[in-house]
Amino acid sequence: MLFLLLPGVLYLALFFLAPLLSLVLTSFQAPREFGDIGQYDPAFEWENYTTVLGTYGPHILRSFGYAATATVLALLFGFPLAYFIGVTLRRFPMLQALALTLVIAPFFISFLLRTLAWKQMLSDEGWLVSALHGLQLLPADAHLTGTAFSVVFGLTYNFIPFMTLPIYTSLEKLDLRYVEAGGDLYASGPSAFLRITVPLAAPGIVSGALLTFIPAAGDYINASRDFLGSTDTQMIGNVIEANFLVLQNYPAAAALSLVLMIAILIPVAVYVQRSGTDDLL
Amino acid sequence: MNTSRWFGRYALWIYSVVALVFLLIPIGYTIAFSFNDSRRTNIVWRGFTLDNWANVCNSQGVCEAFGNSILVGVVATLLATALGTGIAIALVRFRFPFRRATTLLLFLPMATPEVVLGAGLAAEFLTAGVQKGAVTVILAHTMFCISFVVVTVRARVASLDPALEEAGRDLYASPAQVFLRVTLPLLMPGIIAAALLSFALSFDDFIITNFNSGSFVTFPKYVYTAAARGIPAEANVIASAVFVVALVVVIVAQLTAASRRRRLARQ
Repeated sequence: MLFLLLPGVLYLALFFLAPLLSLVLTSFQAPREFGDIGQYDPAFEWENYTTVLGTYGPHILRSFGYAATATVLALLFGFPLAYFIGVTLRRFPMLQALALTLVIAPFFISFLLRTLAWKQMLSDEGWLVSALHGLQLLPADAHLTGTAFSVVFGLTYNFIPFMTLPIYTSLEKLDLRYVEAGGDLYASGPSAFLRITVPLAAPGIVSGALLTFIPAAGDYINASRDFLGSTDTQMIGNVIEANFLVLQNYPAAAALSLVLMIAILIPVAVYVQRSGTDDLL
Repeated sequence: MNTSRWFGRYALWIYSVVALVFLLIPIGYTIAFSFNDSRRTNIVWRGFTLDNWANVCNSQGVCEAFGNSILVGVVATLLATALGTGIAIALVRFRFPFRRATTLLLFLPMATPEVVLGAGLAAEFLTAGVQKGAVTVILAHTMFCISFVVVTVRARVASLDPALEEAGRDLYASPAQVFLRVTLPLLMPGIIAAALLSFALSFDDFIITNFNSGSFVTFPKYVYTAAARGIPAEANVIASAVFVVALVVVIVAQLTAASRRRRLARQ
């Protein structure tokens, strides 16, 4: 049994747990005296945390704001679609399989190219902006790309399948007789939907929300200047990337990573508490 | 039937068809622009051509990046599938101390934002003085694929009838023979699904790769670097070809599963 379990567990200890520990150690490092850029020594600089929270507070708030908005929008977009595939299409197995394939189809084409495709369609040269200008729905000097709108749009688009699939899994098992029973007990359509269908789909909604919110909060492609964002839309991921890979300010990048991880772990811990460890995988 | 009644009845159908088309728009765009007669930047439509498909490797570095992605994907998939399958079997079959801790250890990488995984590994490699390159990318990809392999294979192990392995033992098969000739073949559909998922995750990963690749270029990293100066149409060609292959694999897998279900239903 040990030969089955140990190699994988040791691998994760070495390349998942140890890196987290390195992040903690790095986040307290101090710049080397008279050293070059990117040279740090082990230390216990608590100030690194207060500095990054002070400097990048707006980025952190923006990340969670964008991610939360994208999660809600993906839920509104994905729930009816998941209901359609899981319930309406039950009588048509071939159509159901086709619709599911179409929902996951975006995964088969590069994430970056999908996002760039939207950038070009939403760009000032694209037909959408010309049409909006023509209809005077958008002021002549306004753009769609490089705004909070385009970043949230991109995040929503990219994570819709992550929201739709778990909700589909919950709704696919939904026993319609419960909803009928609600109707027999004089529940109106909307009331039966809100009080029977939605609660029964709750596990899927919760998984979908986590699967959308976590990657969206840490994403830095959509908000990047070369993609859908601008300097005004930088999220925490952009700041971590810039500090680590460009500015070589490793302690700041590490401290920000841990702040992000802890902020994400709070909703995750609530989820683990409620679902129990055995149902996690 | 009046129009509003008709609309009420078919509103969900109409919405869903529109929603699915919306999801496919960027795919159509990427494929269409793989046929664009673009010179330097592939932003405006200049006319249809097959040149990009015929001379896909003409663009500097794009085929090398693609080859690197395939190499990383294959090696990381083999490692992650082997390590993850072992854990999946152990988790279903055995009761052991730290079982809950192991479950949590497998769940956490999936619940951690990629940028944290990437920065953590990069910090570790930096501290240890490891040069970033193909090896560090493979190590990183294997790490985040393991959990997904465990989830996928575990379901298959749980549905496996232990009586089949017992029958093998009754027929004097050694434990190794039972494992290789009974357990493993029965787990194969789950293992193949896990391997395909791992490969797809590795192939499209950008964030973790960007932190741990140094000057090593994978296909997503190529696209990211090229985005600042304009993506060459050859990148669209590669992405479109990968899309078609992946779609064929999924459709074949679904048809095989459907025909197996029908065969079982007949018996």
